[in-house]
Amino acid sequence: MSVLSLDGITKSFGGNAILKGVSLEANPGEFIALVGPSGCGKSTLLRIVAGLDHADGGTITLAGRDLSGLAAADRNVAMVFQSYALYPHLTAAENISVPLAMRRLSSWQRLPGIGPLLPGQKEIRRGIRREVEAMASSLKINHLLDRKPGQMSGGQRQRVALARAMVRHPALFLMDEPLSNLDANLRVHARGEIVDLHRKSGVPALYVTHDQSEALSMADRVAVMIGGQLLQLATPQTIYDDPAHIEVARFIGQPRVNLLPAKAGSDGLVRFGDIVLSVAGLMPGNEVTIGIRPEFVHLGQIGGLAAVIERLEFQGSDVTAFARLAAIGETMVLKLSPAEARHLSNGQPVHLVMQPQKALVFAKDGKRLPAQAEMAQVAGAFHG
Amino acid sequence: MAEAAVSFPLTTAREGQRRAAAREARIAWLLAAPALVLITLFIILPVVAVVVLGFTDFELGYDEFRFVGFENYAELLSDRGFRISLWNTMVYAASVTPFSILIGLGVALLIEGETRGRAFFRTVYFLPVASLLVAMATVWQYMLHPSIGPVNMVLAFFGIAGPNWLGSSDTVIPSLALIGIWQSAGFNMVLFLAGLTAIPRELYAAAEVDGARSGLDRFRLVTWPMLGPTTLFVVVISVINSVKVFETVKTLTEGGPNKASEVLLFTIYQEGFVYLRVGYASAMTVIFLAILVVLMFLQYRVLDRQVHYS
Amino acid sequence: MNGHSLSPARLLRFALLSFGVLIFAAPYIFMISTAGKSQSEIFSSSLSLIPQTWSYGANIAKAFTRVSMPALLLNGAIVCALILFFQVLVAIPCAYATAKLKFRAARAMMALVMLGLLVPIHATALPLYVAFDRLSVLNSYFALVAPFSISVFAIFLFLQFFRALPDDLIHAARLDGMSEASIVARVIVPNAWPAVTAFSIFSVVAHWNDLFWPLIVVTNQTYATPPLGLLYFRAAEAGDDYGALMAATLIITLPLVLAFLLAQKRFIEGITMTGLKG
Repeated sequence: MSVLSLDGITKSFGGNAILKGVSLEANPGEFIALVGPSGCGKSTLLRIVAGLDHADGGTITLAGRDLSGLAAADRNVAMVFQSYALYPHLTAAENISVPLAMRRLSSWQRLPGIGPLLPGQKEIRRGIRREVEAMASSLKINHLLDRKPGQMSGGQRQRVALARAMVRHPALFLMDEPLSNLDANLRVHARGEIVDLHRKSGVPALYVTHDQSEALSMADRVAVMIGGQLLQLATPQTIYDDPAHIEVARFIGQPRVNLLPAKAGSDGLVRFGDIVLSVAGLMPGNEVTIGIRPEFVHLGQIGGLAAVIERLEFQGSDVTAFARLAAIGETMVLKLSPAEARHLSNGQPVHLVMQPQKALVFAKDGKRLPAQAEMAQVAGAFHG
Repeated sequence: MAEAAVSFPLTTAREGQRRAAAREARIAWLLAAPALVLITLFIILPVVAVVVLGFTDFELGYDEFRFVGFENYAELLSDRGFRISLWNTMVYAASVTPFSILIGLGVALLIEGETRGRAFFRTVYFLPVASLLVAMATVWQYMLHPSIGPVNMVLAFFGIAGPNWLGSSDTVIPSLALIGIWQSAGFNMVLFLAGLTAIPRELYAAAEVDGARSGLDRFRLVTWPMLGPTTLFVVVISVINSVKVFETVKTLTEGGPNKASEVLLFTIYQEGFVYLRVGYASAMTVIFLAILVVLMFLQYRVLDRQVHYS
Repeated sequence: MNGHSLSPARLLRFALLSFGVLIFAAPYIFMISTAGKSQSEIFSSSLSLIPQTWSYGANIAKAFTRVSMPALLLNGAIVCALILFFQVLVAIPCAYATAKLKFRAARAMMALVMLGLLVPIHATALPLYVAFDRLSVLNSYFALVAPFSISVFAIFLFLQFFRALPDDLIHAARLDGMSEASIVARVIVPNAWPAVTAFSIFSVVAHWNDLFWPLIVVTNQTYATPPLGLLYFRAAEAGDDYGALMAATLIITLPLVLAFLLAQKRFIEGITMTGLKG
């Protein structure tokens, strides 16, 4: 039973289609990372779900309620912004209490100075204060409650922003690149904190990021958005091993997947190096793109693809090798262990061997085609 | 050249640094010298002179003068004309400042929320600021003319008999205040517009998600607090400028009728440059300057604290 | 804030703004309208905006003969230009030195500037007048320009601006062998252009409008600035010929208004910048 359901969301800005019919469903308590390059529309989608922008078409349902027409304040959705958007003139405690005060106190009761003197408020305000302190404890920011955002570090501000979002116990969390303003080392630590907090809350979350490794490491499921379309929504493992579209394969994974052109032969099979693949629905002569991740390309003694080492990048636990293919001039990227790479040097000729079952085949329009690895015929083996 | 590669002894390096610093200081003095000279000549010395003259009975045209201590100030305290002048100035400033600020803020908010025709509206509201005040005061004189002026003609249309705006002691200060508001609201508008555009948009988004449904809620939660520094600046400038009112009074009423529109600067002008009682007028000027300084400090002290975020 | 649909809120906003426009523009409308009416029409108390008795020519002619309009405008231009020239000439080096160079008086300079901001011409007028009188330099361009040749506000504005300029810019110039003077002229001034234009607008508007000081130092019509000239015109007019009066105000207001309309963005940017820095 899904808690959040987006159906066919479309949005254009001045003639440009930003969202081209996006649909997704989130299960209770699920953490979905919305990932894609800048300009793919993921932030726009988030704002539409929050109620800050209106979609041109499509529906949004949250916990059974249709959200269209509802103001942001009425959607029971909380949002954490990239710049945290904390009110600079309020203390951390006051910042966190704003969502509660807005909902429980009337306009008159919120007036500065005279407001608190009006009757009926002591209980409400005390309750708010209690909840704020409880939330601050769980995020370990009690000592910051009386400080203003200008007196806090980036990481502290981020936690206050989280507290403000969580104090309401909303039905959905929206997060718009909340970690991108943090230092690299802080970011990794903060990732874990957010995942922990989310798990404790039990509420679904939509988390927007342009960092694919962040998406893979944090999410229950990853939604890859490119060019205004949702290309794939699946677990991180599936996204990585089984991309549904060439753009998904291209965007996910570091170092980047190798993509090389190939053509179906007269027998309908695709040959590349030592690999022979039979691909469903291919006619002889059809062009495809073969994708293979760097960790599945190895150095062989003979056979395979002839290449020359162009560059070696030492990464500590592994070595990234760039090898130029002799036949077609394209550069392949390999991930090698330091042991494997020890004897390599620039300009050295090598043989590249790939794991056939790991080859991904993409049609001309980008869609992934299921492929079967055939045993290479020894007599007919020839370089791709 | 191996000998040249020997490192210089430490003392020479420090000596070089000191010489460079001294050279820099000398150049800095040279560059700042004209300004310093002019500030001394045209600001410091005259202020000192004014204070000193305030203790004399100097009159232009007479070569002799003597020091009279605080006599001038004592005379000012009992001078009914001066007290009226002070009062009028305060009433004028108290009338112009709030309206000029409110209208400036209101128009800025309206324009900020509007997407079309912004430039046009900005231009029209700012036009009075860019126009010659003496000239536009003259135009207002025509507009406020009791019989042939458009204002009274429009009022007559609604059956109201408009008063002699600039000629009656009850309505002269409000009329001058009206002109003052008209002339300065546009300036405040531009300052507020700048402050409004500096507010990060994400704060409004956060406010909406937090539950600020109405425009009023968003104004109270985001706009007004974030406009703090701008508002402070606008208030200080508006108060100071309204206390310095002179052009409209000199052009339209010469302080009349019956000193009903006599303001501080006009009184100083009369005493010092028409009646040539320079000593007495200097004492007035000292009081005027003191008022300005006190106003500025008061405002910055009181309001600045409420406006600082960190 | 949705600015696309024609919602009732938007209509209300538009209505309010337009109503305000009418009130704010009314003086100009009536000024132009009355400048073209004859005496009889003005006193006939009609609210028609288009003059029935087309008298623009006659009124403008009267305006030009009573007081020499061209001379007034020329004086205004000369005085404002001279003032601006000296203000910028003096302020830029001083602001540069205080912002970027290390010398012990820098702090004192800052304090002086802040103090100077509190002192308007009205406070220093008396002794300056007496001094100018003793030196017999009243009724001259010198008297009109000299006290304003120093503008602490300019120093203040440029100071803020220069502080924000990256130090590396100046270090690079020094390494290239430039003397401080040429650094000011060739590196600082071009980069300070936005601040200079902002200040220019502020200065010209302020001094074009100034009545107090010219009123004091000028009694000879040949040196009259526009505000002063208009006062003379009013005096010479005996106050009843509103047609000619409006024509005169129209002519006198026109230059600055035209300049404003042509350079609106710069004007408003200028005020904005002075406001933000202040």
